[in-house]
Amino acid sequence: MSEAGSNGAASSGSASSGSGPSAFLDVRDLRIHFPTDDGLVRAVDGLSFTVERGQSLAIVGESGSGKSVTSLGILGLYNKRNAKVSGEIHLDGQELVSASPDAVRALRGQKMSMIFQDPLSSLHPYYTIGWQIMEAYRVHNHVSKAQARERAIELLRRVGIPQPDKRVDDYPHQFSGGMRQRAMIAMSLSCNPELLIADEPTTALDVTVQAQILDLMKDLQQEFNSAIIVITHDLGVVAEVADDVVVMYAGRAMEYGKVGDIFYEPEHPYTWGLLGSVTRMDRERTERLLPIPGNPPSLINVPPGCPFHVRCRYGHLNGGKEREVVPDLTETKPGHYVACHLPIEERRRIFRDEVATLL
Amino acid sequence: MLQYIARRLILVVVLLWIVSMVTFGIFFLIPKATHTSTAALFAGKAPTSDTIKEIEVKFGLNDPIPVQYWHFVEGVFVGRDYDAGASRDHCPAPCLGFSFVNNVPVWQEITSDLPVTISMAIGAAILWLLAGTAIGVLSALRRRSFFDRAAMGVALAGVSLPIYFTGLVLLSLISYKWNILPNVHYVGITQNPLSWARNLLLPWISLAFLYAALYARLTRAGMLETLGEDYIRTARAKGLSEQRVIGRHALRAALTPIVTIFGLDLGQLLGGAILTEYTFGFVGIGKLSVDAIFRQDLPVILGVTLFAAFFIVMANLIVDVLYAFVDPRVRYS
Repeated sequence: MSEAGSNGAASSGSASSGSGPSAFLDVRDLRIHFPTDDGLVRAVDGLSFTVERGQSLAIVGESGSGKSVTSLGILGLYNKRNAKVSGEIHLDGQELVSASPDAVRALRGQKMSMIFQDPLSSLHPYYTIGWQIMEAYRVHNHVSKAQARERAIELLRRVGIPQPDKRVDDYPHQFSGGMRQRAMIAMSLSCNPELLIADEPTTALDVTVQAQILDLMKDLQQEFNSAIIVITHDLGVVAEVADDVVVMYAGRAMEYGKVGDIFYEPEHPYTWGLLGSVTRMDRERTERLLPIPGNPPSLINVPPGCPFHVRCRYGHLNGGKEREVVPDLTETKPGHYVACHLPIEERRRIFRDEVATLL
Repeated sequence: MLQYIARRLILVVVLLWIVSMVTFGIFFLIPKATHTSTAALFAGKAPTSDTIKEIEVKFGLNDPIPVQYWHFVEGVFVGRDYDAGASRDHCPAPCLGFSFVNNVPVWQEITSDLPVTISMAIGAAILWLLAGTAIGVLSALRRRSFFDRAAMGVALAGVSLPIYFTGLVLLSLISYKWNILPNVHYVGITQNPLSWARNLLLPWISLAFLYAALYARLTRAGMLETLGEDYIRTARAKGLSEQRVIGRHALRAALTPIVTIFGLDLGQLLGGAILTEYTFGFVGIGKLSVDAIFRQDLPVILGVTLFAAFFIVMANLIVDVLYAFVDPRVRYS
């Protein structure tokens, strides 16, 4: 019970302490709000995490939990006219939220780059693959067209496009889905980025191609020692690539920790729900999945208190606190943070006795 | 591609052939409906029966309609001799017959009025294309600004106001009241290019106002849609300047549909801008065709219809071919 008491008061126990930035990417209390006619959309509401070079962080959650907004926010793709961004983003010691748009633009595509989901709509239909890669390379490097073309061909070869010297002149619609995603990756790698953000990089692809793309990303990470953020709702992808995991819900982190802890000792009921929704090859087909009841909340009207309490099977155990107090993200053991009102012993007991057997 | 164009050209010929056949039906239908003979239409007021007979023989009006049509087609390709013993006229290919009203070859009538229509249409088209797309792009980039609202308000007026209103307002103010461009009339470009342009300025502006309004709205809508596309986000994520994102990425995609309607609008306008021609008193294809209808000048109606159809069909073809160059996803085989 003593830990339950510290839960309510511990505002200092968030993922990053007040000291100077030490990690390569250090995101602190990031908030991205969009004023709309219907009200303020709190897409990201106080998110903190760190990623080191050579490490991968997975951000998981349902649609509309703020995953993609987080990544676009890090890239600085929101402007002051339509979004309110606050908090801190330190990239290699440089703070990005307060930096000028031009300064962030200079980093974009160069030091940090992004792989988008759905490469067909993310590549310009009227320009050749090569042209688009060359463009990305030439914005940040003063090289001739011929040199940029060499670079584009080399990148396409690197990501496994056959006959890259010929395919470089193809248009996106002439590529297959997997090849488009490879081309997208080639484009994002053109300037050897130190931070690579992949937004659902495999969602639009079939399973065999998914595995190839994930392998490719891991290889490239080893080669360039870059930090990777993978945004996904596919826990299979998480298991494959991630070192750390942030579980997001309604713009907040519900649980944050090492991938092993998240998979084998998850402490948040929402994480249990996500894990219970995964189809498993090693289970009987007669066993039902355990979906999370209900829908994600509107980000304009996030429920008061714990945003998950409406859908939580165990919310009522907190005696009304879940409807009034927003739980803080609290360290429950080294490197494992959970935002839940349930007393830690109770949480672990429920997981051990009721949830683990079903997963 | 060449094969595709060739096939489309054959279709153009077939289509014009069908249009000519259908239109040729007026030679049969109109006299029947008005209870006159075609020859009487040609002969003018109170003809003697001898004149009518002579005309019937000369133009072969007693032949069955299919035979008459055959002679017409023959005339288009190899020319035609009208022989009535005493009077004999040669009509060189391409022969579309003679006007009932002034006995001038229809081909000559049309080709003499065509420069007026072409001058009006092309000048106005350049004007509206530039103005319309520029305003549309600026409006989209400054969405909900004062400029956007003002421009879209004016555009709404432009789309709604008929050309004879804008045209007359322009004429009364600029030509008559302020005497800036007095005495508007058509001057051939070969005679005096400067005078040509000056006299065409008002028709250009009134036509362009109508179309530019439409194009501004279309461009704005296309631009807003494009700016929300994923590939625009990709362009920004590459670290491109906003200028380049708009200029190279957004504009390219937003303007593609404009190519289509531009071709069709221009093709249609080349077939005659009736209201504009009337408003400014210019004698182009449009006025020629309306006058011909009032006078039941059947050969001229037929000729003008064929010309208008030709422009529209060719514009369609050019648009389709152009599209393959603009949008790499379009390939004809």
